[in-house]
Amino acid sequence: MDGAHDLGGVQGFGPVAVEANEPVFHAQWERRAFRLSTAAMLGGYVPGLRHAIERMDPVWYLSSPYYEHWLTAVATGLVETGVIERTELDERLGAPFDVANPVRAARLPDPGVSSAVHRFAIGDLVRVREWHPLGHTRAPRYVQGKHGTVVRLDGVFSVPDVEYHCDGTREEPTYSVRFESLVLWGEPGDPVHVDMWESYLEPANE
Amino acid sequence: MSDDHHHPIPRTAVEERVDALEALLIDKGILDPGAIDAIVEYFEHEVGPMNGAKVVARAWTDPDYKSRLLANATAAIAELGFGGPEGEHMVVVENTPEVHNVIVCTLCSCYPWPVLGLPPNWYKSAPYRSRVVREPRVVLAEMGYVVPDGVEIRVWDSSAEIRYLVLPIRPDGSERLDDSELAALVTRDSMIGVARL
Repeated sequence: MDGAHDLGGVQGFGPVAVEANEPVFHAQWERRAFRLSTAAMLGGYVPGLRHAIERMDPVWYLSSPYYEHWLTAVATGLVETGVIERTELDERLGAPFDVANPVRAARLPDPGVSSAVHRFAIGDLVRVREWHPLGHTRAPRYVQGKHGTVVRLDGVFSVPDVEYHCDGTREEPTYSVRFESLVLWGEPGDPVHVDMWESYLEPANE
Repeated sequence: MSDDHHHPIPRTAVEERVDALEALLIDKGILDPGAIDAIVEYFEHEVGPMNGAKVVARAWTDPDYKSRLLANATAAIAELGFGGPEGEHMVVVENTPEVHNVIVCTLCSCYPWPVLGLPPNWYKSAPYRSRVVREPRVVLAEMGYVVPDGVEIRVWDSSAEIRYLVLPIRPDGSERLDDSELAALVTRDSMIGVARL
């Protein structure tokens, strides 16, 4: 989904604020949010954690601290899988416990056919499919529809777009693709490499 | 934090949300705080840039190791005892006089935990994630590293399963140092690629 999390190339943000001697956790609540999230993940209770974070209201996502994203995604996932009731959260808090917005993507009836063989080779010119799914994807908006060059062949992994929205999984080869600044931003500059599942790509000449 | 029990600090909204969800997960048997504390402590104390620094120092002093590291980073890093979640599929990108590498995760916060630990806030922040792919040279200069003209900056967006580590250039004048002395020179930011040594 073209959410607020998909930040590559978005303009208007200021300097990167670096904190000297930054601790791993800034407060006990961050540590406890990490701890409860780890337990929920290890228990297999919250598949699709990233998509739950992406579905936070954009204003909330951008204005909240990082571990509030995890906290919210865990609560959202547990409610959506029926492990806990929203009313239980509200009762514990003594107020409405905000969660992320609902999934809008339809469930996929069929994961499609897996492949373990790389269709593209190093040096191949490719184009990223131009599509804007309502659901989860790992194809950033700033490379959609753009031409690039395959620079590295990586392993075969489950496609998140399918895994998050289907009972089954589809495995595909992955790649690192180099995009020139002129292609991405319309001006000379330094290249960006983005890692992509095979079905995100099509031959450049198609 | 305050030890003054007479004037407790009001709990913030997010703290109250943590209180509520934590209590519920304990009741449901999903969270056993004692069991998970060991994992949290591991991330607080056992992993961090000191691990990546050992990998870098070894690569500087052992050409065979460096070759293995660049060919199969996951296996070479495992030789030094490092691996696990967010480090199962590693790629090391080498800085040279012609190329400087920098890593980012524009979509979330992907980061090589076994060698760098949990990421700093700035790495997860909107300014870094939005800008380093669009104007890496400006961002690096603002962060204190002016990349010379003629050096290509290669940005690596870890949008799939690979996690990256930058192999910095060995500093001049470090020829006489041993592995542990070299490792002490290697900073977290140099292994993300937002600084040079």
